[in-house]
Amino acid sequence: MINSYRIALAGNPNTGKSTLFNALTGLRQHTGNWAGKTVSLAEGTVKHKDKTYQIIDLPGTYSLFSNSVDEEVARNYIVFEKPDVTLVVLDATSLERNLNLALQVLEMTRNVIVCINLIDEAEKKGININERILTRKLGVPVVKISARNKIGFPMLLDTIDRLVSGTIECNPVQTTYSEEIEEKITTIESKIRSLVGNSISSRWLALRLLDGDEALLNEFNRRLVLNDQVRREA
Amino acid sequence: MNMKELYSEAQAISSPQLRDDIVQQLYSRSRELCDVGVSYTKTKADTRTEKLDAIFTSKIWGFPIMLTMLGVVFYLTIAGANIPSSMLAEFFGWLENYITSAFQFLHAPDWLHGILVLGLYRGSTWVISVMLPPMAIFFPTFALLENYGYLPRVAFNMDRLFKFVGAHGKQSLTMAMGFGCNAAAVMSSRIIESPRERMLAILTNNFVPCNGRWGTLIVLASLFMAASFTGGFKSLVTTGVIVGIVLFGIVVTFFVSWALSKTLLKGVPTHYTLELPPYRRPKFFDTVIRSSLTKSWTVLVRAVKVAAPAAILTWVFANIHIGDTSILLHAVGFLDPFGKMLGLDGYIMLAFILGLPANEIVLPILLMGYLSTGSLTEVDSLVDLKQIFLDHGWTWVTALNVMLFSLLHYPCGTTLVNIYKETKSKKWTFLAFLIPTVLAILVPFIVYQTAKLFGWV
Repeated sequence: MINSYRIALAGNPNTGKSTLFNALTGLRQHTGNWAGKTVSLAEGTVKHKDKTYQIIDLPGTYSLFSNSVDEEVARNYIVFEKPDVTLVVLDATSLERNLNLALQVLEMTRNVIVCINLIDEAEKKGININERILTRKLGVPVVKISARNKIGFPMLLDTIDRLVSGTIECNPVQTTYSEEIEEKITTIESKIRSLVGNSISSRWLALRLLDGDEALLNEFNRRLVLNDQVRREA
Repeated sequence: MNMKELYSEAQAISSPQLRDDIVQQLYSRSRELCDVGVSYTKTKADTRTEKLDAIFTSKIWGFPIMLTMLGVVFYLTIAGANIPSSMLAEFFGWLENYITSAFQFLHAPDWLHGILVLGLYRGSTWVISVMLPPMAIFFPTFALLENYGYLPRVAFNMDRLFKFVGAHGKQSLTMAMGFGCNAAAVMSSRIIESPRERMLAILTNNFVPCNGRWGTLIVLASLFMAASFTGGFKSLVTTGVIVGIVLFGIVVTFFVSWALSKTLLKGVPTHYTLELPPYRRPKFFDTVIRSSLTKSWTVLVRAVKVAAPAAILTWVFANIHIGDTSILLHAVGFLDPFGKMLGLDGYIMLAFILGLPANEIVLPILLMGYLSTGSLTEVDSLVDLKQIFLDHGWTWVTALNVMLFSLLHYPCGTTLVNIYKETKSKKWTFLAFLIPTVLAILVPFIVYQTAKLFGWV
C-alpha cells in the first residue's frame, strides 16, 4: 500500500507505550502501571494527513541484549522487520535510566524518533527537559508528549510525517566505546558488511557478535533458511 | 565466510568484561546527555511514593494490607454481584416462558425445543447471569489497583517467599494475571528471564482461579459455606471462604514450585530488577469503562461460544438412549465409583471432563446433567439451585471438594494450547496437565476420607 508506514513503539517497561498506542489508534489495549504488561505485539492504525500508519506496540524492555524472550521479540522486530520509524518512548521522570535503551536503538536502526512521555508529571516535579539540545546530541528528533492527557500529539504526528516523507533526516549519533572495543569493532565490521550488505547496521552486528549474542546468531540463521526456502519455491 | 564463522572470530577476540564495558559506556553517555539536556527547578524531591512504599511494602504491614486488599476486592465482587445476578436469572427465566410459548405456538417439535431452549438457551443464559455481574465488578476494581501501581508492590512483598521455594519473584505478577485468565497469564510469563523459573511460573499458574472458575467458587461458597448466615454477613463469610480458597491455591503454588525446583527444575533463583513505578492516580473513568466493557465482553463472548455447543451436546447426550439409559447416564455410571472416592459423583466428574474447553461451562453442564434425570425445574433463584444439589446428595464436603477440584484441576484447553506454544514441548505441556490433575484427585480424596473418618458426613 502506498502512503502506508509501519511505526514500532519501543521503550522501557511502564513508560506508557500502551497508553500512547491506545491514544493514537483508539484501540483498547490493556494498560497497567507495572513493568512487563505487554508481552506480545499489538497492532493498530492511525491516519494523519494523507498517510496511514500501522502502529506496533513492542514489549517494554530495559535493554535489547536479548536477555529474555520479550527483549528478543522487540529486538527482532526492529532489526529484521524494519519498521519505517521506531518510536522510542521514554519516561521523562527517569530519563537518565531510560536513555540507555534509546542509545541502543540508535545503534540498530536509522529512522528513530525519541518520544519523551509523562512530560506533565515531570514538569510538576520540576524537571525541565531541553529537547533541542537532546535532538542535536542524538541526531534524531526528540518530541515531548503526555500520552494520557494527549499533549504534544500534533507535534509528534508532524514529526513522523516529515520523517517518512523525507523532509527531515535522521543521523543517529553513535556511542563511542573504549579504544580497545572500537578496534575490535573495526576488525570485523568490514567482513560483516561484505556478508550482510546494508540490510543491517554492521556496527551494531559487530557489537552483538563480540558480545556473544547466540540468540541473535540463531535468529539470523533461521531467517536465512526461511529466505532460501522462499527463493527456492519462487 | 558465513555468520557462524564470523561469530567464532568475534568471540576469539572478545573479552568477558566486554558487555560490562558496553553497558557502562551507554550509561555514562546517558548521564552526560541528562547533564546538558535536563535541569531541575525544584530541589526537594517528591517523597509521596517513598512514603507510601514504606507502608505498602513494610515488613509488618505489607502482608496484612495485601490480604485486606484481596478481601476487599472479593467482597465488593461478591456482595455487589448478588442482586444483579439474581435479577438477570429472573429476567432470563421470564423470557424463557415466552420463548417456550412461541415454540408451542409454532408447533415446533419437542426435540427442537429441547436442544434450543432447554439446552442452548438455559446453558448460555446461566453463564451470563452468573458470570457477568462478578466480572463487571472484579475487572474494574482490579484494573484500578493495577493502574495505580500496586501490583509491583505485591511482587516485591512476595519476592522473598518465591526465592525461598526456588522460584522467581515476578511469578506473582503472572499469578495476578491468572486471576483474569490463565491462558493470558501463561503468555505473560515471558517477563521472566530465566527459562527455568519461567517454566515454574507456567506449570503452577493454574492454581490461581481464573474468572471462568469464579462463578463456580462464588456460587458454591455462598450456597453451602455461608448457608446459615443472612444479609451482609453472608457475603462476608462467602468472601472469607473465597479468600481461603485463593490462599490455599497460593500455598499449593509454593509447594509445587518448591518440589519442582528440588527435582525436575533444579537451580538457584536468579537475581532481577523489579521496577517500583511511582503511584499514579488512574484515569478512573477510562479504566473502569475499558476493563468492564471491553474485557468482560470478550471473556463473556468466549464463554458463551463454548457454552452454547457444550450445552447442546449435553442435552443430546442426555436424550439419546442406548438400551434403556441415556449416553449421559452411561458415562455418569462409569465415572461414579471414582467420583465417590473423592466425595464427588459421576455427574461432577463428567462435567469437569466436558468442561475441558472452558471452565465456565462446568457448573452449567453439571446442572443440566442433574436436571436431565429428574423433573425439569426452572432455576430462577439460588435457592432452587441448592435444592437440586441437595436432591443429588450433596453435603458441605461435596461443595468444598468441588471447589478444591475446580481450583486444582488441569488447565482449560486454551491454556494448554498456550503452554504448548510457549514451551514448544509436549513433555512440559503434559506435565502441566498431570501435576494439577494428580493434586486435584489427592486433595479432595484426603478431605473426604478425613471427613468420613471423623464422622462429619
